[in-house]
Amino acid sequence: MRTIPLDTVRGTVCKLYIDACYRLNDDMRKAFKDAAKTEVNPQGREILQMISENAEIAEKEWLPICQDTGLAVVYVELGEEVRFDRPGLKEAINQGVRQACKEGLLRASVAKDPLRRGNTGDNTPAIIHIDMVPGDKMKLTVGAKGTGSENMSRVKILTPSAGMEGVKNFVLEAVTQGGSNPCPPLVVGVGIGGNLETVAEIAKKSLYRPLKDKNKDPYYARLEEDWLKEINKSGVGPQGLGGSTTALAVHIEALPCHIGALPVAVNIDCHAHRHKEAVL
Amino acid sequence: MMSESKLYKLKPPLKDSDLMPLKIGDKVLITGLMYGCRDAAHKNMVEMLDKGQPLPVDLRGQILYYVGPTPAPKGRPIGAAGPTTSGRMDAYAPRMYDYGVKATVGKGTRAEPVVKSMVKNKAVYLVAIGGLGATLASKIKAAKVAAWPELGTEALWEFKVEDFPAIVANDVNGRDIYKENVKYWAEKLK
Ligand code: SF4
Repeated sequence: MRTIPLDTVRGTVCKLYIDACYRLNDDMRKAFKDAAKTEVNPQGREILQMISENAEIAEKEWLPICQDTGLAVVYVELGEEVRFDRPGLKEAINQGVRQACKEGLLRASVAKDPLRRGNTGDNTPAIIHIDMVPGDKMKLTVGAKGTGSENMSRVKILTPSAGMEGVKNFVLEAVTQGGSNPCPPLVVGVGIGGNLETVAEIAKKSLYRPLKDKNKDPYYARLEEDWLKEINKSGVGPQGLGGSTTALAVHIEALPCHIGALPVAVNIDCHAHRHKEAVL
Repeated sequence: MMSESKLYKLKPPLKDSDLMPLKIGDKVLITGLMYGCRDAAHKNMVEMLDKGQPLPVDLRGQILYYVGPTPAPKGRPIGAAGPTTSGRMDAYAPRMYDYGVKATVGKGTRAEPVVKSMVKNKAVYLVAIGGLGATLASKIKAAKVAAWPELGTEALWEFKVEDFPAIVANDVNGRDIYKENVKYWAEKLK
C-alpha cells in the first residue's frame, strides 16, 4: 500500500483548477491556429485569431480565459493500492475547489439549490467521479465546464433500429440547434450505449482526452472523422456567425448496452475547453 | 451575403442617427460608458420600471453589456469579462429598449419580439465574441458597481471602456446576422 496525504490531493486539485482556467492546453491553441488557416469565412478567420490571442493574453496578463470558470468536474482514477492519511477524499477535493475559487479569483457559479437557487459562494460542490484501477498511483483530472455549452448538450434513449444514422442525426441536430450559444468552435463528446447515466458519463469523459486522440476502435475513429466533417458543413462556424469551423474534434466513447436500447448522449464543450491532469 | 463590413466608432450616449447607418456584419469599437448587467439586475430594473420608479442610473441612450465578470485581481479594474448568453435577457430586452436603451451587447441569437422592439426603437444588438474573457477585460479601463452590490457578479456595473470590439448582429432594419450568415455558408459548403 502507498499512502497519499489528503493535503496533497487538496493542493493538487486547487492548482489544476486554477491552471485550467488560466492556461489553455497547447493542443487547443494549435487547433485555433490551424483552423484560422482553413476557415472559409474571413470574419470567421478573424474570430479564430481573436480566440487564439485571448489564450495568450489570459496567460500573460494572468486573467481567466473566460469569465464562466465553470463547474469543477473532477475525475479520480484511484489505484487499488493507494490509501490516504485520513478519511475524507471527497471533502479534500472540495476544499481544493474552494481554495482555487478564492485564491484564483474564479467566479462563484454554483447555485445552492436547483429551484430555490442562491449561491454556494465558493464553487463547491464539485462533480466528482471516482474509478478504481490497478496500481499504487492516483490520477486527478480537473475540468472547468462552462454552462453555455453544457446547456446545449442532450441525452436520449433511441431504439436499436435507429442505428448509426439515428445517432449521427441526433448529434448533428444538437450542434446545429445549439448554433452560437455554446461558443463554437466546439469539442463534441458523444456517448453511445450503456444506460441512462453511463451514456452521459462517457460523453463527458470523452471530452477530456487529448484533442486529436482518436477512439481506439477503428470503426468509431472513422465515425469521429466523418461526423466532424459533417458538422463543419453545417455553416454554423466560429461563434455561430457562419463558416466552416464549427467543431475542432468529435470524440466518441461506446459501451455495451441492453438488447432493447440505443442510448446516446452529446456533451458539447466550447472553445474554452479547459482541463488539466496530474498523477500522484 | 452582406456587402463589405464597415467599421464604426460608438461613443454613448447614442442617438438614432448614430445607429441608422449600422448594418449587420459591421464592426464597432465602443469607447466611453457601458453598463454591465445580467439576469438579476434586469429583474430589478424591469420591476422598477413597472412601478414607475427611476432607475439607479439614467440608462437612456446607453449601452447594456450582458456580463457577469470574475473578481478583480489586485491592480486591475475587473477580472475576466466576456459576454454571457443574451437569450436569457430576451424577456426583459423589449422593456429596456422601450425605456430608451439604444444598444445591447452579448452573445447568441435574440428572439423575434426583441428584434421587433429594436426596429420600433431604432436600437441595435451587438455581439461580442463569447469566451474572450481576458481580451475584453483588457478593454475595460475602469469599473464600479452602480447598484445592487449584494448581487455580486450580477450587480449593475458601470464600465469605462476603450475600443471595445463588437459586431452588429441585429440592425435597425430587423436583419439578423445569424440567420443570414449560417444559411449562406451552409449553402456554400454543401
Ligand atoms: S460557453 Fe464556454 S466560452 Fe462561452 S461563455 Fe460559456 S464557458 Fe465561456
